[in-house]
Amino acid sequence: MTLDDVELRQLVPHVLNVLVRRGADFATAEDAVQEALIRALSAWEGELPSDPAGWIITVAWRAFLDMTRSDTTRRDREGRFDTEPPAGAAPSADDTLRLYFLCAHPDLTSSSAVALTLRAVGGLTTRQIAQAYLVPESTMAQRISRAKRTVSRAGVDRPGDVRTVMRVLYLVFNEGYSGDVDLAAEAIRLTRQLAALVDNPEVDGLLALMLLHHARSRSRTRPDGSIVPLADQDRSQWDTGLIAEGVDIAQAALARDQHGEYQAQAAIAALHADAPRVEETDWVQIVEWYDELLRFADTPIVRLNRAVAVGEADGALAGLAALAEVDEHVPRREAVSAYLHEKNGDLELAVRLYADAARKAPNLSERDHQTRQAARLNQLLRHQR
Amino acid sequence: MAKYLLLKHYRGAPAPGNDVPMDQWTPDEVEAHIRFMSDFAARLESSGEFIDGQALSPDGVWVRYDGDGRPPVTDGPFAETKDLIAGWMVIDVDSYERAIELAGELSAAPGAGGEPIHEWLEVRPFLATPPTVTQ
Repeated sequence: MTLDDVELRQLVPHVLNVLVRRGADFATAEDAVQEALIRALSAWEGELPSDPAGWIITVAWRAFLDMTRSDTTRRDREGRFDTEPPAGAAPSADDTLRLYFLCAHPDLTSSSAVALTLRAVGGLTTRQIAQAYLVPESTMAQRISRAKRTVSRAGVDRPGDVRTVMRVLYLVFNEGYSGDVDLAAEAIRLTRQLAALVDNPEVDGLLALMLLHHARSRSRTRPDGSIVPLADQDRSQWDTGLIAEGVDIAQAALARDQHGEYQAQAAIAALHADAPRVEETDWVQIVEWYDELLRFADTPIVRLNRAVAVGEADGALAGLAALAEVDEHVPRREAVSAYLHEKNGDLELAVRLYADAARKAPNLSERDHQTRQAARLNQLLRHQR
Repeated sequence: MAKYLLLKHYRGAPAPGNDVPMDQWTPDEVEAHIRFMSDFAARLESSGEFIDGQALSPDGVWVRYDGDGRPPVTDGPFAETKDLIAGWMVIDVDSYERAIELAGELSAAPGAGGEPIHEWLEVRPFLATPPTVTQ
C-alpha cells in the first residue's frame, strides 16, 4: 500500500489544526507541519506507517517543541511545553474552514494569500510552490513567513471571508500547470473541499467553472504549447465526465436563484461545453449570461468577452458596436477587434490589428498566435492581389 | 503576481538628474552607493519579491552566423550603438504600480554629494504564461 502525494497533503490542514488546538501558535505550528510533511515524503518512500495521520501529528508536534524550545532557550531558558501533548479538542470541519479564511486574510497581498493557502491548506512544500511560480525557493520562503507575520499581527480573529477565499482559489486555478504541480487540479481539490464545508451557491459556481474549464485543458494547447482557440479545439478530447459533473453542479447552484459572478461564468462555460460542434454554440444564450455577469462584475474584460459573443450571435457589425463601448486600454482588445473586422470582411484592417495584438500580447503563446493570424491573412491578401 | 525586468543602462537612457560619472565620486560616495544597492536587493529578498540581479561588463561584442561550417563572425563594439545595458534586476510583484514604486526607489541610489542620482531605469514586464480561463 502506498499513500500518494495528494492523500498525504490532505492530512495537512487536519494536523495543523490539531497542533493549534493543543495550544501551538499558528505560525510555528505551520512551520512544524511543513517539517513533518517533508520528513514524511522521504521516510514513507519504502513503507507506509500504519497510522499516517498519527505519524505526522507526532512528528509535527516534536518539530513544534524543538522550534519552541530553541526559541524559548534563547529568550528565557525556560521550556513552556511538555513532551506530553496537552489535551486539545479534536479539530472540526469549522477549523479547516477557519484555516481557509485565515490564509485569505484581507491584509495579505494576493500573491501572499495564494502562497500561504497552497502551503497551509494545500500541503505543498515551499519548493513546489516556488517551482510552480518560477521564483527562487528562498524568495517563496520569505513570502510565506512574511504572510504569517502579517496574519499574526492583524489578529486571527478577523480573517477573510468566503469571497476572498474564492478569489485566491480562482487565482491558483488560473495559474494552470507549471513545474511538477498541476495548480489547476490543486485549485479544484481545494475548491471541492471548500464546497463541502460551506453552503454557498457561488462556491459551487466556482467549482463548476473550474471543472468545465479543466475538461478542455487537453485540447486547449498543442504539444508545442501553442494556443488552440475554442472554435478550433478537438471536442472529442474534452473530458465528458468533468463536463457532466460541472454542468450538474452549475445547474443545482443556479436553481437556488442566488446568482453571482462565478455561477454566471460557469453557465457560459457550460453552454460552450454543451455544443458538440462550434456551429451549434448557443451564442444568444451566452450573450444573455454575459449581460447577467455584467450585473455582478462590470469590468472591461467582461465587456470585451461579451463583444465576441455578440459578434457571433448578431453578426460582426453588432460585435464591433459592442466593442466600441469597451475601454481602449483593456488587454486583448486589438485581438478581438482584429477577429471581428476579419469576420466583417475588412482584411486589410484586420491584418494591422492582428499585428498590434501580437505586439501588445501579455504572454508568449498569445503573441505567437496573433503573429500567425497576421501571417495567415497576409498570405490570403497576397493571393488576392 | 507578475515579473518585471528593471534595466540599468550605461548609455541610451535619458541623462539622470545628478549626472556626475561614478569615477569622479569620493570613495565614501562610492561605498554608500554600493551599500544602497545591496541593501535594496536584501530588502526585496526579505519581502519575497526578489528573483535575480546581475551587473554586466560594458565590453560586449556582436556575433552572427556566417554560413555552414564557418565559425561565427564577431565584430564591434560599434561606436554608434546607442544602448548599453549595465545590469538588471528581476522582481516578482503584485502589481504594475509596485514595480514602478520599486524602480523609483532604486533610482534614488546615492551618487555624487550623497544625493540621489535620479537615474532613469527601464521597467519591462515579462511575457507571462497565459491564464487558464479565457472565454
